Amino acid sequence: MIRKEIVALILAGGQGSRLGVLTQNVAKPAILYGGKYRIIDFTLSNCINSGIDTVGVLTQYQPLQLNSHIGIGKPWDLDRVNGGVTILAPYMKTEKGEWYSGTADAVYQNIHYVDEMSAKYVIILSGDHIYKMNYSHMLAFHKKNRADATISVINVPLEEASRYGIMNTHDDGRIYEFEEKPEKPKSTLASMGIYIFTWDVLREYLVNDHYKASSHHDFGKNIIPGMLADNRKLMAYKFEGYWRDVGTIRAYWQSNMDLIELIPEFNLFDPNWKIFTPNPVYPAHFVGDSGKIEKSIIAEGCMIYGTVRRSIIFPGVVINAGTVVEDSIIMSDSLIGSNTEIYTTIIGETSVIGNNVKCGVGEFAVNEYNPKVYDSGITVIGSNTVIPNNTVLGKNVVIDNYVTPHDFDTNNIPSGGYLIKGGDKK
Amino acid sequence: MNTMMGVILTGAKNNRLKELSLERSIAAVPVGGKYRAIDFVLSNMVNSGIRNIGVLTQYNYRSLMDHLGSGKEWDLDRKNKGLFIFPPYLSEYGTGWYKGSADAMYSNLSFFQRSDEEYVLIGHGYAIYNMDFEPMLEQHIQTGADITIACRDMSDISAEDQKMLGMVELNDEGRITDFKEKSINPKSNIGSMGVYILRRTFLIELLQDSAAKGLTDFVYDIIIRQTDNLKIYAYMFNGYWRPLNSIQLYYRTNMELLNPKVRQELLMDRRKIYTKVKDEPPAKYNEEANVHNSIVADGCIIEGTVENSILFRGVRVMKGAVIKNSLILQGTTVERNAQLNYCILDKGVTITEGKSLNGDVEWPLIVGKNVKV
Repeated sequence: MIRKEIVALILAGGQGSRLGVLTQNVAKPAILYGGKYRIIDFTLSNCINSGIDTVGVLTQYQPLQLNSHIGIGKPWDLDRVNGGVTILAPYMKTEKGEWYSGTADAVYQNIHYVDEMSAKYVIILSGDHIYKMNYSHMLAFHKKNRADATISVINVPLEEASRYGIMNTHDDGRIYEFEEKPEKPKSTLASMGIYIFTWDVLREYLVNDHYKASSHHDFGKNIIPGMLADNRKLMAYKFEGYWRDVGTIRAYWQSNMDLIELIPEFNLFDPNWKIFTPNPVYPAHFVGDSGKIEKSIIAEGCMIYGTVRRSIIFPGVVINAGTVVEDSIIMSDSLIGSNTEIYTTIIGETSVIGNNVKCGVGEFAVNEYNPKVYDSGITVIGSNTVIPNNTVLGKNVVIDNYVTPHDFDTNNIPSGGYLIKGGDKK
Repeated sequence: MNTMMGVILTGAKNNRLKELSLERSIAAVPVGGKYRAIDFVLSNMVNSGIRNIGVLTQYNYRSLMDHLGSGKEWDLDRKNKGLFIFPPYLSEYGTGWYKGSADAMYSNLSFFQRSDEEYVLIGHGYAIYNMDFEPMLEQHIQTGADITIACRDMSDISAEDQKMLGMVELNDEGRITDFKEKSINPKSNIGSMGVYILRRTFLIELLQDSAAKGLTDFVYDIIIRQTDNLKIYAYMFNGYWRPLNSIQLYYRTNMELLNPKVRQELLMDRRKIYTKVKDEPPAKYNEEANVHNSIVADGCIIEGTVENSILFRGVRVMKGAVIKNSLILQGTTVERNAQLNYCILDKGVTITEGKSLNGDVEWPLIVGKNVKV
């Protein structure tokens, strides 16, 4: 076995519960993004573009989609004899099986994976963020400072700082205090959930933490504060650039829409930092005579006969004539009928929207099913769902995955309404 | 289907595609926004269950090698069989260059000898079609033919372009009674698609026999010479098929992809056409984009007007530019207010601000690779 200087571990078990029906059947890192990608593609591509060729992906929640997406890592050139990508799912031990009970526990349960690679450093990443980052620069920074841990931080506006884990540092970047969601933040440096650890040091902390019954087994809550208490050398590495945790429907929608700006802050067209993903087998897309596309992203295999404005259209979508789609995200292989109007709506994969349907019309109303999740005014339609002809859906409506025309007892669901299979209000 | 192996001939030198085939073999010519011509025959073979495929290359084969790679896009990167590429080589017995299609196969006779499939399908890299070869094999077995040739009614190809084809005459049973290559006055509209099925051991015999007589061409020296002796049957194919034999056909074939019926049959079928992937982001349309009746590949950024055209991968169309009836190949940039009508721009071309180029529907204007206009 060739010794690996650094091994990456991607925490990809998150449910993303505030994304509602979008994450009902897939983990958050597997959600489609940007007309072609799944969210985890950014982290995986960052790894390979940074020269990290040994990547463990820690899965837990709804891993099927994620497993089939990653496969043996071919799209990222991670199909290797030495290293490559390995899916690390929770597994049975001699006495009992255990779920990953926290981020630190997930890594603890895979200590042998890192040990086997004889890695000197380990980088802990989250699989549900949108950003491009060269981890090799961060590693150089970590080595130069002879740090025990380096935490990537980003400057956030002061008024938002209390939503993040905030790092308080000395002038040289050394962290002296970590505050999780502080009421009165002393700094605006928010942790991005990206850590480089010197493996020997982290290993010791993980083992000790494992035996502490009171611990949450979490990097932010336990490991980092523990290291600070021991006066370990923790450095903050400042990242500048586009970074989004698309944890809510509004944030997810907005981050997609950021891509259609004339000169987007987040550029997918950089030939030196390509984002890799499995390429679907589709021909180039077709725009019909009646098609009209403005300020949008259109993927392969689409057939556009209607009007599309300010929208993200994934592969294999058909939009028929007389239809208008605005400010919306339509995921792979969905079919939109004719003379239909779709405004500010997210539509899941392989769904069918009938003819003369209206989506996202009327005045905003509080969602009756789950106002905490569906608070943005965006109407969300799940995957593999069929919306019958002549249906009217208001704003801030949610329609479940796998809904059939039989599930509709009305063709008018006003703003704030919902159709959840067998679902009661939350 | 472990009963049939495939061979793709890509060698013949010709400059019928002008600048487009100067630096690449016709099999490597870009088609339909993201494909190369050879993708069609290769995908047809894979979709017909053929898993042991040799590609015989000769002229300008670098771009072809680069395109095919290990064959992974066609699921042909296998330990057992898969894709084999055979450029010419020097040996004690030969000068290296293949002297013809039969010579090319004879030079790689060991590929046929080592394979264990009962039948061989021979195809060419220059034609655009989506065809299932399995029924053709069934007919071949059922008729007990020595050789079966895929044929079709060529009425939808101009008389001028028909002259480039092999035209056949059939008797009532579908047996080929006459075969004329590049005939001036063909007696029928039935033409050969250059796709042949025969028993592997029989092909080896024919190749050895020809080589002993110093004959080198599969069509002239084997098919045409032996039309009377051998039982050669036609398998009639009713679908779309276009050979890229001339600039007119190349242009027309691409333009025909704008027809939904053709696109459906060729590209949207259950039998998919595979090609090398490029990891481009999806196409981005800016506010001023105005695109109608066009095919647009990944990686394009469009701010201008595009009508009745095909944009291949990574094309930039800047503000005020107007592209009509044109093929814009990979990585080409059309700057502000440039105007193109009936043009074929090869890869990496730049049309600078305000330039106007006009071709004709019969003679589209071709701009060679990496040229700045």
